[in-house]
Amino acid sequence: MNDAIKDLLYRMADDELIIGHRNSEWTGLGPILEEDIAFSSIAQDQIGHALAIYTLLQQHFEAGTPDAIAFGRDEKDFHSSHFVELPIGDYAFSLMRHFLFDHAESLRYEMLTQSSFAPLAALAKKIKGELKYHVLHADLWVTKLGKGTEESHARMQTALNEAFPYALGMFEPSKFEDELQTNNIFEGEAALQAKWLDAIAPIIDKAGLVLPDVAPSSIIFGGRNGYHSVYLQPMVEEMSEVYRLDPAATW
Amino acid sequence: MTESLDPRIQRAHIEGAPASAGLEPNEHWETFAIFHQDKRGAAHEFVGIVHAPDPELALVFAKEQFGRRKKTVNIWAVRSTDIFTFQHEDEDMFSTVPDKNYREASGYPVRKRINKYLFDTKEEQKEMERMDAEAKA
Repeated sequence: MNDAIKDLLYRMADDELIIGHRNSEWTGLGPILEEDIAFSSIAQDQIGHALAIYTLLQQHFEAGTPDAIAFGRDEKDFHSSHFVELPIGDYAFSLMRHFLFDHAESLRYEMLTQSSFAPLAALAKKIKGELKYHVLHADLWVTKLGKGTEESHARMQTALNEAFPYALGMFEPSKFEDELQTNNIFEGEAALQAKWLDAIAPIIDKAGLVLPDVAPSSIIFGGRNGYHSVYLQPMVEEMSEVYRLDPAATW
Repeated sequence: MTESLDPRIQRAHIEGAPASAGLEPNEHWETFAIFHQDKRGAAHEFVGIVHAPDPELALVFAKEQFGRRKKTVNIWAVRSTDIFTFQHEDEDMFSTVPDKNYREASGYPVRKRINKYLFDTKEEQKEMERMDAEAKA
């Protein structure tokens, strides 16, 4: 059962670390000061969630320190989805990814408040308020820009069309699905995806946008098993550049 | 050319200030005054402003700008244009207040009387208890 929990923790934490790092690329470049601060803060929260989960891996599963996990692994050892690895694109794309990702994240943690793995359930309860804010921020922007001008509407729809096949890839089933469900650790990726679609559909509708039809064969899988997009390797190198100069250094 | 859309600039009534550089409505977001509350029941205190296109986003921005570094239970956002103010040149309307110390509670020497009242009540209480105890005995 330990392998099943570890797999779940790695996929969650790696997604958080990678999207947190990606979103932080907007820091100082956001469209206006107030939004720059809000979006950067959300990115920081996500890296904080990654840290919390890496700490669980260290405490309960004899993994290395959170720094060693985050910066010491090779690209193929990451469990992140392609969705979070993609470059930031324009602000419409980053906002749309934030919307699709944070709804999934928020629902995943909500389900995990019932997890039989108590430390994860406790973490899920602790960060509930943060996630509520992330979703509020995302929902407001998506509806506002979806209904804004002709240009803002077109950009948001384009962003949704590009992001959606990748977003569905977040729910790539793991080989431990049955084990996680039988042991009441996690209800599973399929259940999460269904809840996620129920949550985003009314907001997409309110924004005047349309969810694209995605054939199952067009969903971008692979990341959970170490098959990544071309964007991850350069990012891992950049992210861990300083750490690798001297992994034993104290800061 | 429209005038500045920032109400703080409008209120300043600066003589000969250049009209702003051809701003169209909606090109410039409104300013919202932000009021911060650190515990339920406490007064909301003015802490600064944010620029936002509407009240919902003003609250979302204010949460990060003013609710992140200290304890916060609630925030108000108020359109700056909805705040009515005196002009600073009318400050003299308030200038005689420091002379009117009879308006201050400190002008009334009541502390002694309050203390005496508290003492007397306590003594009275003790006396009652003593009598109660005697009656029981």
